[in-house]
Amino acid sequence: MNAVAIEHLVKRFEATTALDDINIEVAPGELFGFIGPDGAGKTTLFRILVTLILPDAGRATVLDRDVTTAIWDLRRRVGYMPGRFSLYPDLSVEENLRFFASVFGASVEQQQDLIAPIYDQLAPFSDRRAGALSGGMKQKLALCCALVHRPEILFLDEPTTGVDAVSRREFWELLDRLKTTGLTIVVSTPYMDEADRCGRVALIQRGRILGVDAPARIAASFGKPLFTVYAAERYPLLLATREYEHAATVFPFGDTLHYTDRREGVQPDEIAVNLREYLQRRGFADAEVQQTAPTIEDTFMARMGEPERAA
Amino acid sequence: MTGKPSSVAIEAHELTRNFGSFTAVDHITFDVGVGEVFGFLGANGAGKTTAIRILTGLLAPTSGTARVAGHDVYTESERIKRRIGYMSQKFSLYEDLTVGENIRLYGGIYDLTREQVRERAASMLARLGLEQAVGTQVRALPLGWRQKLAFSVALLHAPSIVFLDEPTSGVDPITRRQFWELIYEAAARDTTVFVTTHYMDEAEYCDRISIMVSGRIEALGTPAELKERFGVGTIDELFVRLARPTAGATS
Repeated sequence: MNAVAIEHLVKRFEATTALDDINIEVAPGELFGFIGPDGAGKTTLFRILVTLILPDAGRATVLDRDVTTAIWDLRRRVGYMPGRFSLYPDLSVEENLRFFASVFGASVEQQQDLIAPIYDQLAPFSDRRAGALSGGMKQKLALCCALVHRPEILFLDEPTTGVDAVSRREFWELLDRLKTTGLTIVVSTPYMDEADRCGRVALIQRGRILGVDAPARIAASFGKPLFTVYAAERYPLLLATREYEHAATVFPFGDTLHYTDRREGVQPDEIAVNLREYLQRRGFADAEVQQTAPTIEDTFMARMGEPERAA
Repeated sequence: MTGKPSSVAIEAHELTRNFGSFTAVDHITFDVGVGEVFGFLGANGAGKTTAIRILTGLLAPTSGTARVAGHDVYTESERIKRRIGYMSQKFSLYEDLTVGENIRLYGGIYDLTREQVRERAASMLARLGLEQAVGTQVRALPLGWRQKLAFSVALLHAPSIVFLDEPTSGVDPITRRQFWELIYEAAARDTTVFVTTHYMDEAEYCDRISIMVSGRIEALGTPAELKERFGVGTIDELFVRLARPTAGATS
């Protein structure tokens, strides 16, 4: 049995193909991530999987039930946290939670074991209007509301977007803890650095899957020697490195550049020495070039090809 | 540019703003140099937005002093508004208008002559490779292009300082880097860039950064200086340590 099985799924909106032949399987108990920018199709895919919209072609099952026919059955079994804050801003924290529980015929008390670790952080604000919570607190309340009917699988659409780095980290710690209960969690994010939090990830861009695997294996699949290039004068360094005759890709990356070489069959040490000598000739006496391990983001950029054209 | 600013674009001294009994901005002191890329970091609710509203002339401080592009935030806020550019992901361009209409609208708001608008629009669109899109509605542009265009429009009136509030949220990693190259280009032409972001790797693209916690600036320096001073490997680590000293207690 799969928790999610997606075969050749297609969804179009007028001239736009939002999802273009998606194939994915998620096993029960996985923490599975869809990683990609705005407009990649993450939200459309999630809306299909939680039975809110229908695909144009292909097939998807959740908990072995077809998302186009087992609609009412599935809605009781899935938890869904949409990307947009969708609780009642005029109701208090506690009122929101009780409302969502009552819709599903559940009670907050029955679910204490599941939601208490999260709700405890909200308890001091239980009388506050949901609309007056901070971004991080809103996310935690939305997570509680998505859990209050004890779903068998949880879909979280960009739960950490627009939230500061600390709240993001806390949210992922909550998901780690939920995972230990055996719950299947499917989550989407535009933040590449969150991929490592997932057991497996799918990279998604413009409606197409660029790869599915464990994060470390995706990073390792980069397939070319990658180098960091450093000099204090960063922007001139970027321009000069771009002009190097052997340069394939040159991107800013933290306080360094990430560089790949155009030549095949040249040893990494030699590439590094050649590039450093070139940069020294260009006046960067402090230039440093070192081979480095690729990250998910490097792989994503290598596989996504050119960004979308404007016209 | 690194280290001490050679001439000053923004100077804030003991800048403070209270809302009733709540101190949103609590005696912050910092300078930003001309042509510097300054990263203004902090957790949600740390006081960044209030500080930015003061520095852009939208809100008067309660106490302390600040000058932006040489103008006093108490008495010359209208002059400040004419000398700065602003863009955020939430508000930038009018989506129902075409690229060309947006440019003319902003040109008009900033009192540019028709001739100036025509010249600057042409060079901007050429630089972005958007000449073909001049008649396209902004809503039809991919997000990354909207962001790059919004940034360029914020620079249309050649401001001394541009404020960018989470300018790269949600864009793909290549477009995000292209956007930072536009920032570097502007800084190389001596436009000062004041930027907020939730991407901690972007903090490392800045010449200097500050990290705001509960209304105060708890760290200020180049990314390299700060990593050394606090003994951390990344700005992300430092941010987590400063912004929520109890973080980790949740697990």
